[in-house]
Amino acid sequence: MQIKFVKYPRFIAMGEVQLEKRFQDYLDGENKIEPKDWMPDAYRKTLIRQISQHAHSEVVGMLPEANWISRAPSLRRKVALLAKVQDEAGHGLYLYSAAETLGIDRSELVDDLLSGKAKYSSIFNYPTVSWADMGAIGWLVDGAAIANQVMLCRTSYGPYARAMVRICKEESFHQRQGYEIMLSLANGTAEQKQMAQDALNRWWWPSLMMFGPTDDLSPNSAQSMKWKIKRKSNDELRQEFIDKTVPQAEFLGLTVPDKDLKWNEEKQGYDYGEIDWEEFYNVVKGNGPCNKQRLADRVKAHEAGAWVREAANAYAAKEAKRKADKGQAA
Amino acid sequence: MNLDLKNYTLFLADNALILGQRLGEWCGHGPVLEQDIALTNISLDHLGQSRMLLQYAAKQVGNGATEDSLAFFRNEGEFRNLLITELPNNDWAYTLAKHFLFDTFNFFQYEFLMNSKDETIQAIARKAIKEIAYHAQFSAEWIIRMGDGTEESHQRVQNAIDELWMYTGEMFVADSSSEAMTKAAVAPDYALLKEQWQEKVSQVLEIATLVKPEEGWMQKGGREGKHTEHMGYILAEMQHLPRTYPTAKW
Ligand SMILES: [Fe+2]
Ligand SMILES: [Fe+2]
Repeated sequence: MQIKFVKYPRFIAMGEVQLEKRFQDYLDGENKIEPKDWMPDAYRKTLIRQISQHAHSEVVGMLPEANWISRAPSLRRKVALLAKVQDEAGHGLYLYSAAETLGIDRSELVDDLLSGKAKYSSIFNYPTVSWADMGAIGWLVDGAAIANQVMLCRTSYGPYARAMVRICKEESFHQRQGYEIMLSLANGTAEQKQMAQDALNRWWWPSLMMFGPTDDLSPNSAQSMKWKIKRKSNDELRQEFIDKTVPQAEFLGLTVPDKDLKWNEEKQGYDYGEIDWEEFYNVVKGNGPCNKQRLADRVKAHEAGAWVREAANAYAAKEAKRKADKGQAA
Repeated sequence: MNLDLKNYTLFLADNALILGQRLGEWCGHGPVLEQDIALTNISLDHLGQSRMLLQYAAKQVGNGATEDSLAFFRNEGEFRNLLITELPNNDWAYTLAKHFLFDTFNFFQYEFLMNSKDETIQAIARKAIKEIAYHAQFSAEWIIRMGDGTEESHQRVQNAIDELWMYTGEMFVADSSSEAMTKAAVAPDYALLKEQWQEKVSQVLEIATLVKPEEGWMQKGGREGKHTEHMGYILAEMQHLPRTYPTAKW
């Protein structure tokens, strides 16, 4: 006779306090938490919030780039952009699946997005007004996302970490693709170069805001670091991104729109100007140029798709019944 | 240059290009993520096919023509796609009905082209046939799902089939270039494709509990560059950047 305790292999019959200590020890030992493991309620909630926000960002993030699919200036660029936006839909799917392992339904998460209760990355509330924005988004926005996501490949929750590994590979490809668009523009006609500079001017600061508030104003960060969901602070990640990106802008022959940007020999990194946090909080609150439009587009797609989803379900139910009836008859 | 071969290559290329362009409009707006991804795949397939065909057409045209010069610098009257490919997406039922009617035709067309006497077209067809068979399967399954789904989906897809029916006749009426290519065994005999198409379409509509429309009056013109009102808008959007900056490389 075999006796197995597979369901709670590592945390059996302990009180809540003991469990939390064991949980933290387990994390400190650099172990991954899996869906069936015991976890504090707050850890679960934090993860659901973070992973679903991340999923929503992938899906809403499709919109500003999808805006240029019909107008891509060459067939090669059209195909590449379409494939990129499709990748983002795939990322949304992986992440909703990762969130579902925490015991919540994708439809509930989507409802929260559509009702405005759940957040998504504010960067997607900025408009894409020129083709160069496809370059700048790939280069800067996917670039900033990667800085964050590389760290998340080592996050403590197993399914999230594994989803991030898959996603990171594709994001690096997106970033190269975006940078390559910028390179063609920067080396193109005077008008194209101007287009590229204008895009950099508009996307630079919002990209820096993607890392979130400064560390002293980031209330949830400490707990997330302790749980090893996050492994680097907002400011650390932002600094890494700037240090990596400024030389890339120089190589393009473009100017980063920050007059305070200066290499600091001592810290071996760039000093940079003050971020407009008032703008940041306003966009988060819903006052960005495209907040209403983005959400309205998602709501419209969801509502217009309702009868399609119903039809698919109704047909599947009929088919199942037909199969069962046939089985009975036989 | 063989003018008929060039025209026929463009007919194949433009069908794929305009369908791909139209389907791309769904990206980010699908009824559910999985179907958004599926439709984008189909759009990518069509665009991939159109690029191979446009590259072949460009070779025939010569004078430095490229896939992009043909896609972005031809005028409306020079596009040879069927009218059904340029119609708007409207809703999911209309889009899938459009694709079902076209994909079924396209499947039989490419089945022939796999043995085309033109080697390049033959090679492209052999490469594309798997995708094209999948498209036909995908859209037929959706017709069945909608037809035999809910009352609303049944009504919507029936209306779509009814509205689109008059754009199917053109598939089987060859223009003079297609005719020449049929004689050269490069292209199928389009009148003969009709029978296979009718049979398959009837079969799917029956399973879907939908009514096949009466034959009726048919629209035509696409193969000879006479298009619907929609075509101008497609090109205005698609061609806008390269035409605004004609010397730019992207
Ligand atoms: Fe992504
Ligand atoms: Fe991406």
